[in-house]
Parts: sequence; C-alpha cells; structure tokens
Amino acid sequence: MEIPKTFLGYKREDGRSGTRNHVIILPVDDISNACAEAVANNIKGTIALPHSYGRLQFGADLELHFRTMIGTGRNPNVAAVIVIGIEPKWTKRIVDAIAVTGKPVEGFSIEGVGDIDTIAKVSKKAQEFSIWASEKQREERPISDLWISVKCGESDTTSGLASNPTVGNLMDKLEPLGVHLCFGETSELTGAETVCEKRGKTPEAQEKFKKTWNAYNDFILKEATDDLSESQPTAGNIAGGLTTIEEKAFGNFQKIGSRQFIDVLEPAEEPTKGPGLYFMDTSSAAAECVTLQAAGGFNIHLFPTGQGNIIGNPIEPVIKLTANPLTAKTMSEHIDVDVSKILSREMNLDQAGNELIKATLRVANGRLTCAEALGHKEFVMTKLYRSA
Amino acid sequence: MANTDIIIHDEKDNVGVVVIEKITPKQDCNCWVMENDKSVQIQSKDEIPLGHKIAMIDLNEGDTILKYGHDIGKVVKSIKKGEHVHVHNVKTKKW
Repeated sequence: MEIPKTFLGYKREDGRSGTRNHVIILPVDDISNACAEAVANNIKGTIALPHSYGRLQFGADLELHFRTMIGTGRNPNVAAVIVIGIEPKWTKRIVDAIAVTGKPVEGFSIEGVGDIDTIAKVSKKAQEFSIWASEKQREERPISDLWISVKCGESDTTSGLASNPTVGNLMDKLEPLGVHLCFGETSELTGAETVCEKRGKTPEAQEKFKKTWNAYNDFILKEATDDLSESQPTAGNIAGGLTTIEEKAFGNFQKIGSRQFIDVLEPAEEPTKGPGLYFMDTSSAAAECVTLQAAGGFNIHLFPTGQGNIIGNPIEPVIKLTANPLTAKTMSEHIDVDVSKILSREMNLDQAGNELIKATLRVANGRLTCAEALGHKEFVMTKLYRSA
Repeated sequence: MANTDIIIHDEKDNVGVVVIEKITPKQDCNCWVMENDKSVQIQSKDEIPLGHKIAMIDLNEGDTILKYGHDIGKVVKSIKKGEHVHVHNVKTKKW
C-alpha cells in the first residue's frame, strides 16, 4: 500500500498541526470546575475540562499538575484556551506557558469577583475565541505532523495475538515517514523490562528507562503486602490463558513492533528529540495514561482492546481496535477497527496494519471516532501523592 | 486455505495459542506461524480451550518457554509435545 504523504489538519501558529479544532475552558483547580462548565454551557463550540485537583499540591506532584495543564493547552488539537483558576498566580503561570505557542489564550481568576461575574466576563471572551476558531480550515499537512500515542486496555489473549501486533505493524510503517510515536504503561511492562530496556536506541535512553522502571518497582516493593504474584497475571488473565506476568508484558510490548525508543519522557513531558518513538512513564490506567500523552502533545491515539475498554479523551481522538470477534460484535459502537479476521487467517498483519493506517488517516482528517460520537471525554490527572 | 486452529507468534516459539473454541485430544491441528506466514501441523494430546497454549515440542523441567520469541517462564513439570501448557506446569521466573 502506498501511504499518503499528507493529511488534512489545522495548521497552528507554532507550525504544528491539529487533527481537531477545540476551544477549551481549562479549570486550574477543582473549585473552578463549576465556572468552566457554566461557560462551556453558555458558549457553543467550547468544551470544559473539569478534573479533581489543583489545590495544595507541592513538589513533583505540583509540577506534574502544571505540566499536564500547560501541555493540554499547548496541544495542536486545541485552537484557543481559556484558563480559569481561583487565584491569579497559578492561573498566569499556565496562561504564559501556553501563550508561547502563539495561540489565543486568556486567564481569569475568581477570587474577589465571584462565579457569576466571572462567568459573564469569561463567556464574552469564549464567544470571541469560538467564532474565531470556527473559521479555521483544514489544509494539507505532512503526515510527519501526526504524533501518535498508543495504550492498550482490557487486554486478553487476542490483544497479544493480533490487535497489539497490528499497532506494531503501523509503527514499523509510519516511523520511517517521520511521525512522533509514544508508548507508556511502566507497570505493565514488568516481566519484559530487560528486553524493553534494550530497545533504547542509545545507552542514555536505556539507562533512563532502567531508572524509571526501577523507581516504579521500588515503589511496588515498598507498598505491596505480597510479591504481586497473586495479582499479576489476574485471575481473569489466567482463565483467558495467560500464564505468567512475562507473557502478559510481552503481549503489551507487541505495540511497538520492531522499533527502538529514542528517549524516556516524564509523565506529560513534550518530546524534544525529533521524530521517532518515545517511552513515557505513565500509569497503566487508561484515562490517566491518555491524558498524560495528550499533554505531551500527541494528536491521535490508538487503543487496542480485548474485552472492550470504552475510554475517550476530550482533545485527542482515541481510535479503538479489537481482534476479539465477540467484542467486535457485542460492543460494536465502541470499535473503530475490527481486526478479528487475523485469528481466522483471513487477514495477515500487513493487511491489518494497512487497514489501521487508513482508519488513522480518516480520523486525522476529521472522521469522528466511536468514543467521540458517544461523548467520551475522560480527562484524568495523575496524582503522585497526597496534598499538603 | 485450511482453518487455523493454533497461532504461533515467532519461529523460535516452543508454544502456540489455540484460536478456536477448543481443541480436543488427538486432534490434528493447523498452526500458523505469524512471523514468516508458514504453516505447520501438530496433534494435540489434551483438550485445550481458546487462548490457552499447546507445547510444540517435548519440554523438560527447567526448560524455558518461548513466546513472542522471548522467555515467558520456566517449566516446573515436564511437558510432552501436544500437551496443555499453563500454570500447572509453567511458572514465572520473576518471583
């Protein structure tokens, strides 16, 4: 298959391209959610991104909060941003960092004004942004402007057999075209960690991965009451035929095909080493992981599932594929790409990879994903430890 | 093309995965090696359900199970070619 050299995207001020054209209302903290949601309700063409945190966080946990907020605003799928916080200082820090991209962004704080007047003020600005963004047109953009993140969920044996290798096949075909790629799930690579480490392209990348995985493992050893062999693989995994944690991890690992990663990213960190595959240190919980990858700047997501995960994201379209014929049938409204024919050998990996590339480009060009059409907008902050 | 009963990921693997509802003892099964798109045959010794593994060769205690071309655990009870491979005869090397 000849892979198209371009897709239809929104060109942004900083030169990157969006697959979507969202105007977002971003609350800095939990108590600004009501205001953000009221504005999004007033002004059509805007979406609020409510979440549960942003008060009394400190240290690395606070830095991650800022990185996630700022990265979400900077993502090229976002045309313009309104930031609302209870007080001006943290609000301004987020506004200033988003403004570097050149996109319209404005901050508001509620203290000393109250919700009602803030909502009135913000609504006027949000209306201006929404009308401005509505005139943006899709244009031909190089395929290298696709930043593709991946994460699997509700995995079963069909994931390791077929849907994860299909994603790996896409990576093998698209990486040479200069796209950015990202995988994560530190915890679920346990069992394959030494093999994964060797996939680092440079000694620095390998060392960074080893450090990241060891930090995770130390945390598990500290908190666990037993050696985890009772929970990994799970009883459900074992019933489905998975015997060891290594087998589960290698199934997960199929998503990167034969690629090597060039760097290891902190959660929500934007890659800076150019095109290629990155590993991001993330939780394996679906919504947390995709939220972090979107904040890292990734503009389209591939999500292989076995038993049928239903996750979506407010700014990064999530494309679901499955190789489980039962899931494809019983949960068809959640499945964008059905690759179950691999199991009956009516389709090989090369063909499945091509189907996934076609579907990815259609979604990049504007086709709604199942999750978008169903209104899935899971925006979940990763919290490292309790607040002060 | 003949129906596929078992999928083998990598040429090096010593186990395959059942992809039909189940295979029954003494069933002649068609196996597809995904990596090189080749076909091989095996006769089963056990009943093995969908998603579970079958031994492609005789395996002794202490041998390594290879799936995806990688080490996924050790044999703790010898396994004959065609037998069911799972938690009763294979354990993790992790803990």
